[in-house]
Amino acid sequence: MNPMRQLDRRAFVVGAASAGLALGFDVPFGGPTAVRAADGTREVNAWVVIRPDDTVVIRIARSEMGQGTLTGLAQLVAEELECDWSKVTTEYPTPGQSAARKRPWGSFNTGGSIGIRASQQYVRRGGAAARVMLLQAAANEWKVPAVECVAADSVITHAPTGRTVTYGKVAEAAAKLEPPTDVELKDPRDWKIAGRSMKRLDTADKTTGKMIYGIDVRLPGMLSAAIRACPVFGGKLKSFDEAKIAGLKGVGKVMRVGDDAVAVIADTWWRAKTALDALPIVWDEGDNAKVSSASIAGWLEEGLDPAQPAFVGNADGDARGAIAGAARTIEAVYDYPYQNHAALEPLNATALYTPDKCEVWTGTQDGERAFTAVVQASGLPSDKCDVHKVMLGGGFGRRTVPDYVRQAVLIARQMPGTPVKLVWSREEDMTHGRYHPVTQCKLTGAFDADDNLTGLHMRISGQSIAASSTPELLKDGMDPFTFQGVASSGEAFANIGPARLGYTIPHLLIDHSMRNPHVPVGVWRGVNGNQNGIYLECFMDELAHSAGQDPLAFRCKLMANHPKHLAVLDAVAERVGWSSPAPQGVFRGIAQQMGLGSYVAAAAEISVTDTNRIRVHRIVAATDPGTVVNPAQIERQIAGSFVFGLTGLFYGGCTVKDGRIAQTNFDTYNAMRIREMPKVEAIVMPSGGFWGGVGEPTIAVAAPAVLNAYFAATGKRIRSVPLSNLDIVFA
Amino acid sequence: MAKLSINGQMIDIDVEPDTPLLWAIRENVGLTGTKYGCGIAQCGACTVHMDGVAMRSCGVLVSEAVGRQITTIEGLAINGVLTRVQQAWIDHDVPQCGYCQSGMIMAVAALLKDNPQPSDADIDDAITNICRCGTYQQIREAIHAAANV
Repeated sequence: MNPMRQLDRRAFVVGAASAGLALGFDVPFGGPTAVRAADGTREVNAWVVIRPDDTVVIRIARSEMGQGTLTGLAQLVAEELECDWSKVTTEYPTPGQSAARKRPWGSFNTGGSIGIRASQQYVRRGGAAARVMLLQAAANEWKVPAVECVAADSVITHAPTGRTVTYGKVAEAAAKLEPPTDVELKDPRDWKIAGRSMKRLDTADKTTGKMIYGIDVRLPGMLSAAIRACPVFGGKLKSFDEAKIAGLKGVGKVMRVGDDAVAVIADTWWRAKTALDALPIVWDEGDNAKVSSASIAGWLEEGLDPAQPAFVGNADGDARGAIAGAARTIEAVYDYPYQNHAALEPLNATALYTPDKCEVWTGTQDGERAFTAVVQASGLPSDKCDVHKVMLGGGFGRRTVPDYVRQAVLIARQMPGTPVKLVWSREEDMTHGRYHPVTQCKLTGAFDADDNLTGLHMRISGQSIAASSTPELLKDGMDPFTFQGVASSGEAFANIGPARLGYTIPHLLIDHSMRNPHVPVGVWRGVNGNQNGIYLECFMDELAHSAGQDPLAFRCKLMANHPKHLAVLDAVAERVGWSSPAPQGVFRGIAQQMGLGSYVAAAAEISVTDTNRIRVHRIVAATDPGTVVNPAQIERQIAGSFVFGLTGLFYGGCTVKDGRIAQTNFDTYNAMRIREMPKVEAIVMPSGGFWGGVGEPTIAVAAPAVLNAYFAATGKRIRSVPLSNLDIVFA
Repeated sequence: MAKLSINGQMIDIDVEPDTPLLWAIRENVGLTGTKYGCGIAQCGACTVHMDGVAMRSCGVLVSEAVGRQITTIEGLAINGVLTRVQQAWIDHDVPQCGYCQSGMIMAVAALLKDNPQPSDADIDDAITNICRCGTYQQIREAIHAAANV
């Protein structure tokens, strides 16, 4: 993709109707009607445009935010298309175009590590259908049967005569053909482009400063907006005294945005932000201003009482009875904090509103959700709205929620005809997140007289993401996603893939006392697997040690019915050398989980000095995602997931004081640097037959592997995150 | 008004002298490769060179930049020829989201100028920029590769 080119073009046509993308097709083949791409080239189908110079433009609906989905999806289309990979480029269709064409690109949602796996089948069919049409077009031209023609590297050859033609020469004719009614997809074993470590398609512009992110968008006549929403979630804007900033250079309107925010408009963002800092604002903070981390913790603690009602997520046998009748029980209480996504690009969106059109340029993880926000906030019909996606400077789940898009449109509506770029300050971004949910967990294990684990009760108490941000996903009030990684064997989460418990325990109860404080929560890379990984995998270590057994051997006994879970755990144990002693002064910990459709495990090697200085030397991490599209990018996602997971473990707590988030920037909400980066050895071991996610699952095993190693080193259990609260730091 | 030397060009801009250099570069000069991440010199996304030294431009005032030679990511390649650092970034497929990478590359370019063969410890000391995607492993590889060109 070249967002720069796309943006340049857009910059000159803002306010004009989008190019003539008007007619609908069924997913994914496109149709006989002539439909042209942005540059005027007729598309072969919704997924594929081939220019006369043989450039292949592959349309990507999911959003690139660093995870490599753009390249991976292009590989899948190109594989079936049989095109020359060196001629591939990509572009984003807009949600408005999609709506006008009855959603030929399906979902735009890019959360839950679903970008590739949820669309792989139809994008491959799109590529295959285009190939069939190109072959037919060549056959028609040569007046030969299409079955005598073969395609490879964007060249069609008529086998009997050896005649050849390139895709670019027949693409126009192919676009006029009826799409095939069905196509056959290749067996992944025959892949030549997919399944290989192709270089990313979006790297060059990221090394020269040319890549355009939302914060870089510039439109003719554009002004900038700085915004402040009530620091207490749920509070309202009462008043502001704009006379105090009147006359400041470059400063224009000062305006309400919804019922909880005020924005200052200026010719530059710095002037807008400076003026906003000087603006006296009065908030109606409401009762939520009385809430603190301590009050939340107290409320959650009550939910740990087994007598409190709870939603049952996974149960087998009679766990309460097993615990009551056990020869021996052990119990532990853990907690996990709010965390901000802290993507390095602060949230932003640029909007242009006129009474008959509203367009937005922004980085979003879900173009369609952003589009819906534009339609709602603009008050215009959907065919008068659109969203132009640009590169995301990180997402990690935060950019699935289009609150910032809504704000930008509400601002632009008050300035018809003037494009306005809304940029949140880092402080606004830190204090108005959709935080990782806060939970506590009480685990009780029951042993028989021979130290066999007979029962486990895992009581989770705390916040539900679905209740806060997607209530339509609640099932009779229960949030099934809360049980990510510990779900029952039959559980398949709507659209994010299975996340099954990898242990068979005779008497099992995993339940959730839902308690939803006023702090808004959302999907944070790894989601609920993060805390469940710590709770269960650290407690597994506690159980093993209490029974005097090796943590790996103890787990393996419970995993006989879960061969894929076991395979990744075995793989990391073998690679790290679990059966032989660690180097002098180095200690090991392990953890495993299934999440987002993939099986993952990690082994950590750490050293500890003065009981509070941890050096993470080495991580071995295994992933079985079923099917692999780009091994090198998976390795990078795995390595990066340990930065995300260990940043959360060491630094990640957001605390609530007077109803608001206390941390405002990276000085109080730190992030790992290169000095703290362990060597990460990734084992990518696809077992075939399914498609799991890769951007998130290994985050869940990062923290427990390190915490279990910390116990091995010190004999001390850590049951609270972040470590910075315990004065435990990176060495 | 201020007159700044950026990427070898003298540029007049209409800006208050206490404006951070970052915002003058992004908004007044129009070079957006230099990124805003924190505004308090913590993350390094805004790193530029001032007289060849890596500086976090959010913490430098325009008045302090007057009379200095400022280089941004856009000015790093000479006549379109990428530097060895940029080339190593491409060869090692370093960027994920890429938002921090302008600042990373500027910080690394300054490091290699002062220390052409940095050890891992030298890298740890000198490169303190934040990458939230977690590309540090590839960054370290690419630094060593660039050093050995």
